[in-house]
Amino acid sequence: MNQDIYVIIEYIRGQVSDISYVMLAAARDLAEVTGGKVVGVLLGHNSQDLANNLAADQVLYGDHPALAEFTSDAYKQALKGLLTDHQPRAVMLGSTTIGGDVAGMLAISLGYPEISSGFTISDGKVISKICGGKIMAETDLPETSTFITMIPGGYKPEQGQSNQPPPITPISVTLDDLKVSLRQFIEPEVGDVDITNQDVLIAIGRGIQSEDNIELADELADLLNGAVCSSRPVVDQGWLPISRMVGKSGQSVKPKLYLALGISGAPEHIEGVSDAEMIIAINIDPNAPIFDIAKYGAVVDLFDLIDYLIEAVEDAS
Amino acid sequence: MTHILVTAKMVPDLVEELEIDDSGTALDMTWLRLIINEFDDHSIEQAILLKEKHGGDVTVIAPDFEGIDDVLFTAAAKGADRLIKLTRDFEEGVNNHALARAYVETIKLQNPDLILTGVQANNDLDGSIGPYLAELLGMSYVGYISGVSLEGDKVVVQKEYPGGLIGEMEVALPAVLGIQASEEPPRYVAVSKVRQVMKTATIEEQEIPDLDPRGGLDVNSMYLPEAAEKAEMLEGDEEEIAAKLVEILKDSGIL
Repeated sequence: MNQDIYVIIEYIRGQVSDISYVMLAAARDLAEVTGGKVVGVLLGHNSQDLANNLAADQVLYGDHPALAEFTSDAYKQALKGLLTDHQPRAVMLGSTTIGGDVAGMLAISLGYPEISSGFTISDGKVISKICGGKIMAETDLPETSTFITMIPGGYKPEQGQSNQPPPITPISVTLDDLKVSLRQFIEPEVGDVDITNQDVLIAIGRGIQSEDNIELADELADLLNGAVCSSRPVVDQGWLPISRMVGKSGQSVKPKLYLALGISGAPEHIEGVSDAEMIIAINIDPNAPIFDIAKYGAVVDLFDLIDYLIEAVEDAS
Repeated sequence: MTHILVTAKMVPDLVEELEIDDSGTALDMTWLRLIINEFDDHSIEQAILLKEKHGGDVTVIAPDFEGIDDVLFTAAAKGADRLIKLTRDFEEGVNNHALARAYVETIKLQNPDLILTGVQANNDLDGSIGPYLAELLGMSYVGYISGVSLEGDKVVVQKEYPGGLIGEMEVALPAVLGIQASEEPPRYVAVSKVRQVMKTATIEEQEIPDLDPRGGLDVNSMYLPEAAEKAEMLEGDEEEIAAKLVEILKDSGIL
């Protein structure tokens, strides 16, 4: 085993994902304690240029036509071969649709422990954020090679970027009998409202309780010339289309005002609102993680508040 | 005939106040209310939708936590054919490595074509169940799934990417899928129907004598997050809070 920290670089359709830079920044913190290098691992096909702005000491690049876009089987095979040979101290992957598919299979296959939902690195320890952001867990880096899946929020993507292209070392990739293949990408459905260019968003979550109550949020949004968006549970219930969803699988938004009504603020949601100028959170639960990122908050039942708020906004406008 | 297996587990209800136990390294389970992992609930729904469309049968398998019988009988009321409960004292704690290994022998006997699991659970700390099962059973795994259709010896899945993008993927069977959301919201079943099912359905019990937690973690400490900058909290009754919010909106040029 060497003391290097490997980061599996994630990208989608030629665009490096922010989580890749976040992981490089976290890996730097960890490598300072282990004394090893930060090594990016880039798998692709004619994709070498994606390595140019990675803040890594070295990038290992594996090229194969079946790696042009991510599939779990091809990545698993490619990484298993590489990690068996190199045995780095730790391997970071995103807690994402990419990293989440392969970390677990490789952990079992290679016998590595796996630390989930890594948020920051502190003195060589991994600080994870679990239970919807309500609990933090501190774990020492195990003495064996370890997988760490990372969530965003603990580092800024810019911390993992560099103007100095890293040295790139080709690695050989052998793949056979692939069981998973990508047929096509299906573009997101175009909604009636583009929530990514709204100045005011009224965001509703589980706390809205029923489809009928959405009209209250609509009314407030109309008064403020904004639109209604939501966290995942509202979309999963079929109350709003997926084009209105903010967060991990949904949109990232950057409004001047993000008024979160009955949204707890799980990490999967928070990652879509990091560019909002001002977040105001209304929640009945004083421990809701949304208050940790909001500028203003109030612990109150949204249904007790909203009529007063609508009235006060009407009076003021 | 397609044999679909679903795993389900109970997780802390995050609406409740969470506390750390005396050891300082785990959640205090004493007063904790447990609910079904919502992604497992979606997995059950997706399995029933597949059964309704393509035929086949659905088995739901779950470790024995408080409340699991209701979850299993509810699954039967929705259309699950077979219910299996893994029994031992899980409430002393079980990591996902141990739980996955506990599932494996029972699952092998079932010989499923397709296994659906929730893509994650809110208390996952040492990885998630789906990829572990896939590797232990020698199957493929694809997660973050919000649509599944069976096409002969493979499934075609809708895999979620950021920004609403979907990757349509083909996965050879047998396979494990990590379900993010079922194609329809989990259906509601009346309590009376669940009670009726309880009279006829049986929960088969499979005892798990030993747990193998290798690969799990030794947690140093757990704690509630301390935000560097917490929100400025607005106090008062609802009317006063509404007035303060309007002042903030005015000051920031939104009104």
